[in-house]
Amino acid sequence: MNAPSNLKYTKSDEWFDPASGAAGITDYAQSQLSDIVFVEILVEEGEDVEVGKPIASVESVKASAEIYSPAAGKVSAVNKGLSDAPETLNTDPFGEGWMIKVEGGAAGEVMDAAEYEKYCEGRSH
Amino acid sequence: MTYIPISPAERDAMLKTVGVKSLDDLFDAVPAKHRFPKLDLPPALTEMEAAAHLADMASSNENVREHLISFLGAGAYNHYVPSVVDHMLRRGEFYTAYTPYQPEISQGTLQAIFEYQSLMTNLTGMDVSNASHYDGATATAEAVNLAYAQFRGKRRKIVISPTVHPQYREVIRTYSQGMGLEEAGDDPSADLEVGPEALTSLIDENTMLVIVQYPDFFGRIHDYTKLIEDAHAKGSLVCIVANPTALIMLKSPGDMGADIVVGEAQPFGIPLWYGGPYLGFFTTRKSYVHKMAGRLVGETVDNRGQRSYVLTLTAREQHIKRERATSNICTNQGLLALASAVYMSTLGKQGLQEVANLCYQKAHYAAGELSKIDGFGLCFMEPFFHEFVLCTPKPAGEVNQYLLDNGILGGYDLSKDYPALQNHILVAVTEMNSKDEIDTLVEVLKEM
Repeated sequence: MNAPSNLKYTKSDEWFDPASGAAGITDYAQSQLSDIVFVEILVEEGEDVEVGKPIASVESVKASAEIYSPAAGKVSAVNKGLSDAPETLNTDPFGEGWMIKVEGGAAGEVMDAAEYEKYCEGRSH
Repeated sequence: MTYIPISPAERDAMLKTVGVKSLDDLFDAVPAKHRFPKLDLPPALTEMEAAAHLADMASSNENVREHLISFLGAGAYNHYVPSVVDHMLRRGEFYTAYTPYQPEISQGTLQAIFEYQSLMTNLTGMDVSNASHYDGATATAEAVNLAYAQFRGKRRKIVISPTVHPQYREVIRTYSQGMGLEEAGDDPSADLEVGPEALTSLIDENTMLVIVQYPDFFGRIHDYTKLIEDAHAKGSLVCIVANPTALIMLKSPGDMGADIVVGEAQPFGIPLWYGGPYLGFFTTRKSYVHKMAGRLVGETVDNRGQRSYVLTLTAREQHIKRERATSNICTNQGLLALASAVYMSTLGKQGLQEVANLCYQKAHYAAGELSKIDGFGLCFMEPFFHEFVLCTPKPAGEVNQYLLDNGILGGYDLSKDYPALQNHILVAVTEMNSKDEIDTLVEVLKEM
């Protein structure tokens, strides 16, 4: 399991980059979902998001999951490429798999990488 | 029903597993006074007596196969069902299979659904078909759910033509209550002479879905191309409720630009029975497939390179979406979908075309002969397929009673749903109506 140390993490398996405002789903989340076949971003550029508000819907061959915003603020960018290449979430969740960028907002209740790794280990037993 | 016997030893084993000594202990939680309530039932009958009683009751039914000449349609039609349809349905492999959640043991069922989907998309001119709904009305209500999900609740208006089947409109209202939707156009007192363009003025930036019927409830054929263009210009989706038999002969809703095509597939290999079970078909464009209710079966290759079938998409279902599932009436009418697939493939393209042509020609012969009778006439001037509105000199109820006294099941009494159409009957003619039957209808009405 991969969890870059510069990112923050939520209990519902989203990551947030305080430096760039980018957000997405974690490596743990994509591996649990298995092959992701559909991504729908539910918010648009310029829209305000709140912590815990659904920002995207992700479907794998087994399950569908809502993705919640790890931060509050204005959406400054949406990764439109994901709808044509949903598998990017499996291959590069922390890079090309970013979902939205949130501007000028504060993160909600988040963990650092070490805490998140421990949290995930606790769940896999 | 299968009788599954149980021996005392088996019963004891089960009780032991559960951890109780006797059956009485098992039902301990139910207070004794509630265990055997007195039921208001007639005295018990022997099997022979019960069978005779049921046969007696059944013989008082009159049906269109043995007793009555039928000109009743209005959404359920008397078509010929080739005997192979029933033989296929009664094969145990299909008969006993429940909704195919276990693809590895249901390849036959999955293949049947795949064939059904493929045939339906060909017929409607759409990209994808789900595995079916309860009936045409619930399939139409699901189109509203698709549109609602597509716009994520940001658009909340549906425009429904008053010439969509009255029962379908009622089901849409039932299913959408509580969704906070605005409805327009659904007014049976509206001017029924005007064409589909009358709906255009009702479509605005808040409209998520426009619903029209093809042919409409009165059997009339409209080209909805312009209406669909107008709706798309406002960003709205358009759903066409279609009669599958008519689609064989007419321009496809896909060619008109429709986004969703739904309808009742009962005309395809399903007898009239008593109004059900029927088969709702639901087809749409690929871009809306994730918002579609129900199941979609795909064809693929397994790890040994063999052709196989899988459930590829069940985006709104409980096993995928858990508590966020939005497919409430997605039940796949598996056996009936199979019936319609067998019907379509047995008749083939040419056979289906012959059925549609017979319906069309006979209905037009009947309309021509009926309108020659004094006091009778055709209500609308538009082209029609196999159903038309006949004006009658007396209330429709009286006319139908007179016909019934003469062994004829008359048309649908439109006064029940449309206040302006007091002396009007909706007459349906299919390939099952011989020329003699049509001539009899004309003779009986002449004598009335």
